[in-house]
Amino acid sequence: MSELWRPAAEWELQTMVSKLAREKRGIEIVGHGALRNTGRVAKSDVVLTTAGLKGVTLYEPTELVMSARAGTPLYEIEAVLAARGQMLAFEPVDLGPATGAPGGALSIGGVFATNFSGSRRILAGSARDNLLGVRAVNGRGELFKSGGRVMKNVTGIDLARGLTGSWGTLAIMTEVTFKVTPLPQTMQTLAFVGLPDDLAIEAMNVALATPLEISGAVHLPRNCAARIRTPKIKGLDKPLTLLRLETFAAAIDERREKLKGALKVYGAPIELDSEETFSLWSEFRALSIMPFSAETSLWRISSLPTKAAEIVFAIQKFMDAVAFYDWAGGLIWLEVPAAADAGAADVRRAVAVRGGHATLIRAEPQVRSSVDVFEPLKPEIERLTRGIKSAFDPSGLLNRGRMYANF
Amino acid sequence: MPHIELPEPDAGVIRRLPILIEGLKSRVGPDLMILDEDGRRAYETDAFTAYRRIPMLVVLPRTTDEVSKILKFAHENDIKVVPRGAGTSLCGGSLPTEDAIVLCLSKMNRVIEVDYTNRIARVEAGITNLQITAEVAKNGFFYAPDPSSQLACSLGGNIAMNSGGAHCLKYGVTTHNVLGVKMVLIDGTIVEIGGPTLERNGYDLLSLVIGSEGQLGVVTEATVKLVPSPEAARPMMIGFRSPEAAGSCVAAIIAAGIIPVAIEYMDHAAIEVCEAFAGAGYPLDVEALLIVEVEGSEGEIGILLGRIAEIAARFDPKTVKISSDADQSARIWAGRKAAFGAIGRISDYLCMDGTIPLAQLPHALTRISQICAEHDLKVANIFHAGDGNLHPLVLYDANSPGEADRAEAAGEAILRLCVELGGCLTGEHGVGIEKRELMTTQFSPTDLIVQMRVKTVFDPTWRLNPAKVFPLEATGVMRAGNAASTSEAA
Repeated sequence: MSELWRPAAEWELQTMVSKLAREKRGIEIVGHGALRNTGRVAKSDVVLTTAGLKGVTLYEPTELVMSARAGTPLYEIEAVLAARGQMLAFEPVDLGPATGAPGGALSIGGVFATNFSGSRRILAGSARDNLLGVRAVNGRGELFKSGGRVMKNVTGIDLARGLTGSWGTLAIMTEVTFKVTPLPQTMQTLAFVGLPDDLAIEAMNVALATPLEISGAVHLPRNCAARIRTPKIKGLDKPLTLLRLETFAAAIDERREKLKGALKVYGAPIELDSEETFSLWSEFRALSIMPFSAETSLWRISSLPTKAAEIVFAIQKFMDAVAFYDWAGGLIWLEVPAAADAGAADVRRAVAVRGGHATLIRAEPQVRSSVDVFEPLKPEIERLTRGIKSAFDPSGLLNRGRMYANF
Repeated sequence: MPHIELPEPDAGVIRRLPILIEGLKSRVGPDLMILDEDGRRAYETDAFTAYRRIPMLVVLPRTTDEVSKILKFAHENDIKVVPRGAGTSLCGGSLPTEDAIVLCLSKMNRVIEVDYTNRIARVEAGITNLQITAEVAKNGFFYAPDPSSQLACSLGGNIAMNSGGAHCLKYGVTTHNVLGVKMVLIDGTIVEIGGPTLERNGYDLLSLVIGSEGQLGVVTEATVKLVPSPEAARPMMIGFRSPEAAGSCVAAIIAAGIIPVAIEYMDHAAIEVCEAFAGAGYPLDVEALLIVEVEGSEGEIGILLGRIAEIAARFDPKTVKISSDADQSARIWAGRKAAFGAIGRISDYLCMDGTIPLAQLPHALTRISQICAEHDLKVANIFHAGDGNLHPLVLYDANSPGEADRAEAAGEAILRLCVELGGCLTGEHGVGIEKRELMTTQFSPTDLIVQMRVKTVFDPTWRLNPAKVFPLEATGVMRAGNAASTSEAA
């Protein structure tokens, strides 16, 4: 076991990192542990947790902005927001339960470090899109800030958004400032039953080309639909294509009828009300339809909607794979049988020829150490990536090996 | 005289010019190059017209390969390069230096591919912002960021400055609407950053590029998101007796869970000038005017505007007027979008671009009036209330000795105020040369060094768009070609 360091304040974190940087000791960064079973395993001498950096430091509901220390649990932030009728716009996904880590342990720092956004990103953008500013400590022990608390900001290079998705390999975020949004007054879901993957994706993209502000577009093939628990649509033994509408109460019926009209060639949908909609889409946020199992691995594939079904079919030629399409096909969660390489060779080949990239989310630690977890980079991008890494963390101390084997 | 310092041109480079011209001709051919002084003079400034420098050479490439050849040539010969689109920068972002090549992308203005199913378009960087929408509007889509200069400004410039617009409250700014770019590095390497998919692989290099003001590379193509056009949109005008009432009204609208697509604020001086120019029907007897626009079906719009009117009633408005038809809506927006031009007809002005938290608006406006009065100048204020972007237009007479200096001094004081109130120096115009030296008011030396190291990764010898964004003194060593100093400085 590595030593556990637990700073209670930003200045203390900076002091610790400076000391560790002088001693050239590797640091694994964790929050409350929600992401420890995801990504590559970092090589480190010390585990540093941001769990002690807690609390909302600024909340202006009328300016739709909040700041919080990086270790603040996501559920605490969502509770503070809900009390004022607001929420995070991008519906962050908690990978904990699907990876055998604790659920509800995701910190707000982890949300932005991974930039894993949920179904609502098709309407509201990603975590990265909603980030406004950060304070962070890099691998040299330097405390810096970037961005701010206002939505428009082109003052200097956008390091704040540049840190998103870097998995703590560039800097340790100590505080984040982000946009928030009002909770929808009402929601409805239309569930189309029985569509094959390619037709379902077509239908979802027809919906997204309307101005009806669809806030979720998910397709579940039959084997995945069987895992749904929401009463009205469970146990149908057929594929489900789910489109979520949200707006103010007086407008929702008109929008639903327009959407049904636009999609009438795809059949008559089952209609879910606000409460049923809330329960259904919570299943996607917690990834409970891709439950933890030692028998399977889980991939997350970014694709063009028009290529998504092809990618899944191509992979299914080689293995039993269960797909969950989100973002109208722009994102595929794919469960495959556990194997020594988690199916990496076939998955990567299927994705490479059709455009996109794949990230291995769940597999045994030794598998995540032996195959590329993140899509390998093109040489000229790898050169820039290494350059950026070394600009922030020249000795390679922060989460070494967490994203790529060699840095 | 204006007082922003520009570095001395490198006489050695200018002496080598005849050889350089021959060398470049052999790489890209003479028809892409502008050599004569009159031709080059057209590129001596951008929309920040107080500063002018005639570049030693202008090149107008037609392809990414040509951009690559030009940059490689510049790199091998240690020449500075200033990328340029339409030259609409308000902060000197594309101001040349006399020892630089201006690389102007205006010939690269094609739409390469539109993919309606995936709702994306691939375009060349020299295309104008509005041209993208013009291309896709027939199919019910548009490109969302709408800077006031959208008729003229290029997408490449929008990417450099992370441009926004009146409608960014709902649709975001450039960084939310560009999925990927093709970019040429200073050594000629062509890289694809991001791509057509929503998520990017690896580090988010695209976030570093967007808003980097041409410091990292030259973007030649971009993949942008297309957004379905709303069924309809309609603005309303609400006139108030005080800025406080207008500010509180904006806060109350948002607190009620309504996010309009745009909330624009104009003070009395701005209203008068814009009304005289556009005849938009703005009320002239109010201290503050809000233009609030909502989108949706006709039914939805009616309900939303009704609710906004109810909320506004709590703040004792002098006028509440919902646009009655498309023609009136167009005039309401024409007046607002023409604001800078309209004010330009009656006076010279400096357009500031700070941001402030909404709650600080009344205080900020009071302080701005005081600052301008202290400098014996008048001011008109335009504010994107939804996103905190404040545009005080400091009016002056360029022919009156000393006024331009006083205007710059007042502008500087206003930007310091914005930072002090929790905002930032620039919301959408960029830093350029204009706000370069003020960066230290918003950022610590470490904050700036961390940014400068990113520049060094992409442009190790600091030859791209020189002497901008970062304080001149801080970058002297790097600009002299000693890049190692950023990686070690602390």
